[in-house]
Amino acid sequence: MTASRLACTQNPETSEPRLELFSRFARAINTHSSSFLLSAAVGLAGMSSSSFGETAYVSNEKDNTLSVIDIDSLEVIDTIEVGMRPRGITFNRDFTELYICASDSDAVQVMDMAERRIVADLPSGEDPEQFALHPDDRKLYIANEDNAVVTVVDTRERTVIAQVDVGVEPEGMAVSPDGKWAVNTSETTNMLHWIDTESNELVDNTLVGQRPRHVEFTKDGALLWASSEIGGTVAVVNVADRQIIKTLEFKIPGVHRDRIQPVGIKLTDDGRYAFVALGPANHVAVVDAQSYEILDYLLVGRRVWHLEFDRQGALLLTSNGVSGDVTVIDVEKLKPIKTIKVGRYPWGIAVAP
Amino acid sequence: MSWSAYGHAFLGILAREFRRFLQQRTRFLSSLVRPLLWLVVFAAGFRAALGIAIIPPYETYITYEVYIVPGLVGIIILFNGMQSSLSMVYDREMGSMRVLLTSPLPRGYLLVCKLLSGALVSLAQVYAFLLLARLFDVEPPVLGYLWVLPATVLSALMLGALGLLLSSLIRQLENFAGVMNFVVFPLFFLSSALYPLWKMREASELIYWICAINPFTHAVELIRFALYGEFSVLAFTVTSATTVLLTMAAIVGFDPGRGLLRKSGPPRN
Repeated sequence: MTASRLACTQNPETSEPRLELFSRFARAINTHSSSFLLSAAVGLAGMSSSSFGETAYVSNEKDNTLSVIDIDSLEVIDTIEVGMRPRGITFNRDFTELYICASDSDAVQVMDMAERRIVADLPSGEDPEQFALHPDDRKLYIANEDNAVVTVVDTRERTVIAQVDVGVEPEGMAVSPDGKWAVNTSETTNMLHWIDTESNELVDNTLVGQRPRHVEFTKDGALLWASSEIGGTVAVVNVADRQIIKTLEFKIPGVHRDRIQPVGIKLTDDGRYAFVALGPANHVAVVDAQSYEILDYLLVGRRVWHLEFDRQGALLLTSNGVSGDVTVIDVEKLKPIKTIKVGRYPWGIAVAP
Repeated sequence: MSWSAYGHAFLGILAREFRRFLQQRTRFLSSLVRPLLWLVVFAAGFRAALGIAIIPPYETYITYEVYIVPGLVGIIILFNGMQSSLSMVYDREMGSMRVLLTSPLPRGYLLVCKLLSGALVSLAQVYAFLLLARLFDVEPPVLGYLWVLPATVLSALMLGALGLLLSSLIRQLENFAGVMNFVVFPLFFLSSALYPLWKMREASELIYWICAINPFTHAVELIRFALYGEFSVLAFTVTSATTVLLTMAAIVGFDPGRGLLRKSGPPRN
């Protein structure tokens, strides 16, 4: 515990590089001599996921940029400037447009993927943080953190369809696979707010653990997983009656309970695993999505925030805010394989083919 | 002298080294228990200590257990080198070294055979330890197990040569305790075996520099890089150069005409 505290107060950026003079010289030579081994290893890792040509976009909250990662080589290949404080990001269905919550610009920006430049701002309401695109590929449900509302925007007409009052500090957003429900979490009210997408009205609330941050539907839409950051729990909710059927708690040896703050959740398509990002605990929990047993904790960077799969679901990418990097996890082996440096405070991740 | 005589001598020395190793079962056991205790007990307390910075050759964040394993491989080899040094002193006291050194083959060749035999004995222990380490989630890539072989042999040659040199300096078995205090512990603790060098630097610049020039650091780093399929030119250069220097010094040390053996004289009772 002492060690882990010590570890967490350490800043790798300020620590002196190891070996200094010796290793600088060595590294210069090393780069050549070992590069073929390294590239072979990375190449193999990339090949195993058979994800040629895929790219991951990572929003860097403090840099006002997106880092573009080539999933094949697992390297940053480009950095694109966007609006202020980019957080949630998501693609439209055919990946021609990327929507970006530029929170401090009070806008959801639309990036044209062919030109890789911002072509429009959507009328998002103030301080948009997270959003979810309806399966109709048109309605975007945006959580406006400062205004306690969810704004529904028509992405084609670029107009506001509705604004729904929800709890204080709305944050997480998800739309059910059948498009019937939009669910929002409010960080201060500690509730999941169920919005009927037909009428755009709030029809039900579910009380969950303190500071709910993120919600994720199972592929069949039967269950909803919701993380509570301060409560340190993840609730599994039955969508039919909107009641909690299971609450998961996490315990990592050597890590204080207060540091375990679940945020991002991702569920594998085959219903086998759920991955939960545990914030400042610097670990991602692997949960058996059937038995709800916690199988493992995988060490990643500092303050792991959000998660995203590659298109095949073979790799899981984690955005590590404080350490400013993205860790790539091999889903089959449940092992972190590489950590890639991106911009400052990476937040959201979206993957395009 | 024919090639077969050279081969015969090597096989003879190798067989003796292995026989000695196999007969001392507790030695094999203790050579595994020692690093395993470090891995299971010591590393457990530092589990998350290194989940904060990525250092080459690692590509992602690692636990302390993962970090410490190459250092523990180093300590297996270090103790083996010292063990072999101890056995040389014993051989000298018992007179069996006289038999070895009266062989018509060059003295240098006999000593290199002795070093190689010691290195091959170390290999068996290192692989046994690496396999056991897998039980504690230390799972380097499969190819790493192959690359670590030459790295281990070279490191074992270096530490074996150090042992040989020491054995030419030590007069009596009783003096061996001093070797532990003044050679083994400083070599181990003032290296990158337990903590990365940047961490040492936070504590003291002087300690950092001592660690950075310690050849044992470079042996450990050579093993660490090899275990993850990479090659560290610096570690290889320092380890090989030290091996050559120490071997030459040991050969000189064992030359009764001009070496340190003469100065040290026969053991006094």
